[in-house]
Amino acid sequence: MAFAHPIGAARPARATRRRGYFVPVLLLTPAMLWLTVFFVVPTISLASQSLQTGDIDNGYTFTWNFQTYADALSRYWPHFVRSFGYAALATVGTLLLGYPLAWFIAHRAGRFKNTLLVLVVAPFFTNFLIRTLAWQIILTDSGPVNGFFRATGLINVLEAVGLTSNDSLLFSPFAVVSGLVYNFLPFMVLPLYASLERLDSRLLDAAGDLYANGWHTFWRVIWPLSLPGVVSGTLLTFIPAAGDYINSKLLGNTQTVMIGQVIDAQFLRVLDYPTAAALSFILMAAIIVLVGIYVRIAGTEELV
Amino acid sequence: MAWLRRNLVVIAGLLVMAYILLPNLVVTVFSFNKPSGRYNYQWNEFSLDAWLNPCASAGMCEALGLSLWVAVVSSLVATVIGTAAAFALGRYRFRGRAATNLLVFFPMATPEVVMGSSLLTLFVAMGVPSGQGTILIAHILFTLSFVITTVKARVASLDPSLEQAAADLYARPSQTFWRVTFPLVAPGIGAGALLAFALSFDDYIVTNFNAGATTVTFPMYVWGAAQRGTPVQINVIGTVMFVGALAIVGIAQAIGARRRKVAQ
Repeated sequence: MAFAHPIGAARPARATRRRGYFVPVLLLTPAMLWLTVFFVVPTISLASQSLQTGDIDNGYTFTWNFQTYADALSRYWPHFVRSFGYAALATVGTLLLGYPLAWFIAHRAGRFKNTLLVLVVAPFFTNFLIRTLAWQIILTDSGPVNGFFRATGLINVLEAVGLTSNDSLLFSPFAVVSGLVYNFLPFMVLPLYASLERLDSRLLDAAGDLYANGWHTFWRVIWPLSLPGVVSGTLLTFIPAAGDYINSKLLGNTQTVMIGQVIDAQFLRVLDYPTAAALSFILMAAIIVLVGIYVRIAGTEELV
Repeated sequence: MAWLRRNLVVIAGLLVMAYILLPNLVVTVFSFNKPSGRYNYQWNEFSLDAWLNPCASAGMCEALGLSLWVAVVSSLVATVIGTAAAFALGRYRFRGRAATNLLVFFPMATPEVVMGSSLLTLFVAMGVPSGQGTILIAHILFTLSFVITTVKARVASLDPSLEQAAADLYARPSQTFWRVTFPLVAPGIGAGALLAFALSFDDYIVTNFNAGATTVTFPMYVWGAAQRGTPVQINVIGTVMFVGALAIVGIAQAIGARRRKVAQ
C-alpha cells in the first residue's frame, strides 16, 4: 500500500471497463436469480392479488377488480397523506440535524473522525425497538425534556401547530416525527459525510478570497457540492419513513396511524388480502413517482 | 462571540451526537433498574438482577440465538453472491447493465412493509409454510442490494494501474486477483457483510410478515414484550450488543494500526 499512493495520485482512479458476456453473466446469475424470484415475482404476485376477489376461506379468483383500489383509496387516503407528511417532516429534520454533524465529523473532528463515525453507526446494534421504547422514557410527562419544553414555552408553539396536545410530548405527532428523525438520522449522516469529506477545503479559502461571507460560501459552494449526499440521504430517509409504522405505534396515538400500520393490520389481522395488496401497491407506486420527480428536479443521475 | 461563531458547527455536531446516543444511555441505565410493575419505564431501585440472570425471561435467549443465527447465515450468503454481482457490475460493460443496476436499486427503494407483504403473498400463493426458511430468504433479499452497492463502490474506485503492474510482473490472472485485487476490495466486502448483519439482526417488519406463528426472532420478542410488559433483560441484551460492537471495532482498529506500523 505504501507505494500505491504516488501512482494513484498521478492518474484518476477509474477501473477499466471490460467487455464480454460470459464472466459477468456467471457472476451475476445467483444474485439476479434471487432478486427476480423473491422480489420481481412477489411484486407481480402482489399486483395480481390486489385485483382478485374472494376471501381467505373460499380462495381468490382473478377478476380485474379495480374497485378494490377505489375503495382502499377513498377509505385510507388520510393515512397516505399523513404518512407522506410525517416522512417529509422527518426528512427535513434529519437534514437539519445531520448536516452540522456530518460537517463536524468530516472537517472539524481531527483524529476523532473514525471514532465518531463508529458512534453514529453503533446504536444500530441495539435493537431499534428497544431504543424507540427508550424514547417513551425520555419524553414522559414528568421527565426533564418535557420540563424543558414547558419552561421555554416551546410546547405552546408545538401545540399551536397541532403537533402536541395537553402539555405532553409523548403519544403525539411530535413524538412520532422525532422517533422517525432519530431512527433514520444515520442514513442521512453517512451519505452527507461521504460528500462533504471529499470537498476540497481550498475551495472555501478561494470563496473567502473572493469576499464571499459565510452564508454565501455555504449556499454557493458547499451546498451545491454536497447535493449528491443530500439526495441519497433524503431518499434513504424518506422512503423507509413513509412505510414505517413502528414509531407511530410506539410513540403515537390513534390519530397518528400511518399507512404501514393499516397494511400490516389488513394483511395479518383483518386478512383482507386484496385491500392490503392494493394499499401496498399504491404506496410503492406513490413512492416511485415522488422519487422520480424529486430526482429529476435535483438533477442527479448517479444514485447508487 | 467570534469563538462561538467559529465553533458553532462543533457545538451543534456534539449536540446531535448526544441526541443519537441518548437512547442508548437510557437503555443502559434502565438495565440496572428493578421495576415495580411489569413495565420497565420508571426508575425504581438499583439492581443487578437482570445482569446476573440474563436468560431468566422465558423465550428471550432462544429468540436471540435464532436472530444471531439468521443474521450470520443470511449475511454470509448475501455477501458471497452480492460480491460476485458487484464485480460484474463494477468492472464489466455489457448490454443490460443499466437494467441490472435498476433491479439492484429497487429493493432499497421499496418500503419494508411492501416487501414483506409481497413476499407473504408469494409464499401463500405457492403454499410455502412460514418459518426459518422464509425468514432466511427474506433477509438475504433485503440485505443483498446493500452488499452489492457497498462492494461495487469499492470495486469501481480501484486503481487499474495496480493490476497492470501485477500483470507486467508476470503474475497470472488468478495470482493478480487473489494477491492484488481481492485484498484491495476486502474492506468493502467487510463493510458490506457488517451492514448486512446489522440490517438482518435489527429487522422487525419484513420478518414479522414471513415468520409464521411459532418462529420468534429477537426483535419480534421485543415487540411482543412491549405489548405485555418489558423484562429488564432486553435492556441487558441491548447494552451488551452496543458495547460489544464498539469493542470489536476498537480491537479491529488497534490491530489495523499495528499492522500499518509493522508494514512501514
